[in-house]
Amino acid sequence: MSIFITVAIIFLVLMIVYQIAQASEYAAALRATEKERQKKTNYLMASLLVAFFFFGLYAIWQCHFSLLDRMLPKSASKQGEAYDMMFKVTLITTGIVFFITHALLFWFAFKYKATDDRKTSFFFAHNNKLELIWTTVPAIVMAVLVAIGLRNWMTVTSAAPADAHVVEIVGKQFNWIVRYPGTDKVLGKRNFRDINDATNVLGIDEKDPASKDDIVAQNGEMHLVVGKPVKLIIGSRDVIHDVGLPHFRLKMDAVPGITTTLWFTPSITSAEMKEITKNPNFVYEISCDQMCGKGHYSMRGTIIVETQAEYDKWLASQAPYFAPPAAAPAADSATTATPAVAVK
Amino acid sequence: MSNEAIVHGVHDAHATHADEHHHAHEHHEQHFFSKYVFSMDHKIIAKQFLITGIIWAIIGALMSVFFRLQLGFPDKTFPIMEKFLGEWAKGGKLDPEFYYALVTMHGTILVFFVLTAGLSGTFANLLIPLQIGARDMASPFMNMLSYWFFFVAGVIMFISLFLQTGPASGGWTTYPPLSALKEASLGSGTGMDLWLVSMSLFVVSSLLGGLNYVSTILNMRTKGMTMTRMPLTIWALFFTAVLGILSFPVLFSGFVLLIFDRSFGTSFYLSEIFIGGKALPNVGGSAILYQHLFWFLGHPEVYIIMLPGMGMASEILSTNSRKPIFGYFAMIISLVGITVLAFLVWAHHMFVTGMSPFLGSIFVLLTLLIAVPSAVKVFNWLTTIWRGNIRFTPAMMFALGFVSLFISGGLTGIFLGNSALDIHLHDTYFVIAHFHIVMGVSAFFGMFAGIYHWYPKMFGRFMNKPLAYIHFFVTFIGAYLIFWPMHYEGIAGMPRRYYDYSAWESFKNFTSLNAFISVVVIIVFFAQLLFVFNFFASIWKGRKVTTQNPWGSTTLEWTTPINPGHGNWEGDIPEVHRWSYDYRDDGHGNDFIPQTTPLRPGEESH
Repeated sequence: MSIFITVAIIFLVLMIVYQIAQASEYAAALRATEKERQKKTNYLMASLLVAFFFFGLYAIWQCHFSLLDRMLPKSASKQGEAYDMMFKVTLITTGIVFFITHALLFWFAFKYKATDDRKTSFFFAHNNKLELIWTTVPAIVMAVLVAIGLRNWMTVTSAAPADAHVVEIVGKQFNWIVRYPGTDKVLGKRNFRDINDATNVLGIDEKDPASKDDIVAQNGEMHLVVGKPVKLIIGSRDVIHDVGLPHFRLKMDAVPGITTTLWFTPSITSAEMKEITKNPNFVYEISCDQMCGKGHYSMRGTIIVETQAEYDKWLASQAPYFAPPAAAPAADSATTATPAVAVK
Repeated sequence: MSNEAIVHGVHDAHATHADEHHHAHEHHEQHFFSKYVFSMDHKIIAKQFLITGIIWAIIGALMSVFFRLQLGFPDKTFPIMEKFLGEWAKGGKLDPEFYYALVTMHGTILVFFVLTAGLSGTFANLLIPLQIGARDMASPFMNMLSYWFFFVAGVIMFISLFLQTGPASGGWTTYPPLSALKEASLGSGTGMDLWLVSMSLFVVSSLLGGLNYVSTILNMRTKGMTMTRMPLTIWALFFTAVLGILSFPVLFSGFVLLIFDRSFGTSFYLSEIFIGGKALPNVGGSAILYQHLFWFLGHPEVYIIMLPGMGMASEILSTNSRKPIFGYFAMIISLVGITVLAFLVWAHHMFVTGMSPFLGSIFVLLTLLIAVPSAVKVFNWLTTIWRGNIRFTPAMMFALGFVSLFISGGLTGIFLGNSALDIHLHDTYFVIAHFHIVMGVSAFFGMFAGIYHWYPKMFGRFMNKPLAYIHFFVTFIGAYLIFWPMHYEGIAGMPRRYYDYSAWESFKNFTSLNAFISVVVIIVFFAQLLFVFNFFASIWKGRKVTTQNPWGSTTLEWTTPINPGHGNWEGDIPEVHRWSYDYRDDGHGNDFIPQTTPLRPGEESH
């Protein structure tokens, strides 16, 4: 019932507002001629637009400085430094264009409002020279931005260095599973048909010797060594997810049936970042950036960037996912399965 | 069909009308149903599209208010939501599953039902015959079907809102496997089936309409109306229709494959999936294939939404500056450029899907190329108002706002189109801010400008002006207040489509900003209700139009009677002698020369 009352009240208010506005329009029509009113309106609207422009500039300024402290800290990866530089260049370029075009738009609007002084406006239908200028100049600016962009893009998507750490990250509704290759530095094969939520969350092939020492972290926590390149092997068990690494300025989709990769070099440890941000709770977060269902917003992983010594200590404390051979279950799983996603 | 044949064919209807006009109010030969419901008059069909679009816009906007309440105040409850949404907002707290359904429906409704059907459906139908001098569309019957397919699509989508498992909830892009597997989400059940059926009907509607628009523009122009004398609105609507005709079938093929994957056990998009506690038999498909098919429509769709606004803004800026549009040919060539490039940039939505980096770089190049025709348009608009005699009608205000928003939203596209920057900004609030400004609010401003400008032609009355100005300023300021700060959230990496950010160390410091945005959203929503009220009330109560050509326009629609009947012109169709932007001294104290005025001795055609 109350819903109808709400709607009725809104309707009533709108009706009253409309009646008042109508009345004021008719009253204005009585007070002045159409031409005088139009002149007055022109002046008022042109002034308001200019006021909007200055208010807008002030608001942009305010917005910028009030949000600055909430932005991401400096890039925590080598690749991200080039990113930040490029972002700045693009921001300044577009900022200049934004300011000039808006200044012209509002200035023209104010300056050339219709008054009685001018009878007809300037007949100016085209000018090849002008049009040529504003075709070529944007084209050149775009070419520069494309050049910078493609250079960075090539770097980011280039093959990972041979000595990169390999870490696998697999998305599922709604958490991340991280796998490390262990001492042999090779990830064991896995097959989605062998997945078992209780005993084998990734469907790792137990008979593959490479999988014996694989370490699986189901809490979505990833350990990386500072200054050492890491190559992420990205996969998904069910729907499309996305490994979002805002602090490293990177992201890559996790697509079922397809293996994607991403490599970068972390350059700041978690401990150092806590000092830089002056936030003792600071943590590198992995966000899922591709809508994956109702728990999408809670699909959170973390990254701990540490020194080699700390990393080695942590690694030593981890047990391989499969217990030693004595406890291994009988190998009865179907061997006719389709080729597993082989990862080297 | 030739123009002559159509003119002849409709002549009967016209004769009937003229007859009716002479014996005013003595008898009504047309039944209510054939006049207002199953009408074949392009003007009535335009109004049907517009009013349906307005209703959908209210529904879609209300949805955004609900999910903004959740985003702005994640720790509060709003009993009013339970009133509207029932079980889905038990105790006034939105259910996550339904949050995603709302987000999905908001996108689908606004992109397809409002800004495609509601925008080009309205103005293509209204303006094409009136501005090129035709009595109706090439096929009035197909035109009627186009509306009714849209109507049925809308009914089906509306029904899906009331399903127990909720409507589709995989995002408006409905990427499989999420949308293909019932186990993946509640909305991927019956809700998704209805979504696909509804959208397929929508594609049919769009094709029927588009084919009609193209054939009308090509075949039914009045004598003297060469292509290069057409108003830019018609050029824009022409390319809009071409884009739709060429890209919607590809979307449809994507839907068909998705329907097969969902219901008939195929594996077009599915491979190696373990869900709901078991491994699915599907192997060999590619989830990315759907994205290619979807974005092959999805990107041109952006221009399907933008071009009508560009055309109308050009027309309105020129009319109200009392100056010809600057660079008429450059405007047409840039429309051609945008149309061609629109088909070659779809994969910029997919930079982070793991597709080949080389392919990515090609798409970067082609994407940033679009900035060139867009820049040409902006500079031409600015030059059009330069040294004009600007009249600030409500339509003009919205056209100026359109230019501002198009610049702001277009510039952020330069960030996102560059893959090396997109790799961080992809699927963050930066994207939300970008596309809402450039194809959401900006397209809406084009639409509002068109409505305020052609309302006198549609209903023979004016909309209330003071309310129109209030509507403009609240919406203009509000849009910037809502979307400008979102860029900052995006640069900070805040992902889109999250229900709650409070568990995230990196994003939870934007809580107060989110609350601020939500408050502005509510204010702007009510300003739109003001517009809707103004629209409907003015149909009956608005100030009456007393002159045939209230804006002093050169174009043909203002040579029709104030309330044109079916057939548009009472006598012969007017003949055109000059281009559509002759805003100059006509020698008799007027500052414009209508297209129907013959060239003066010695005067050269533009």
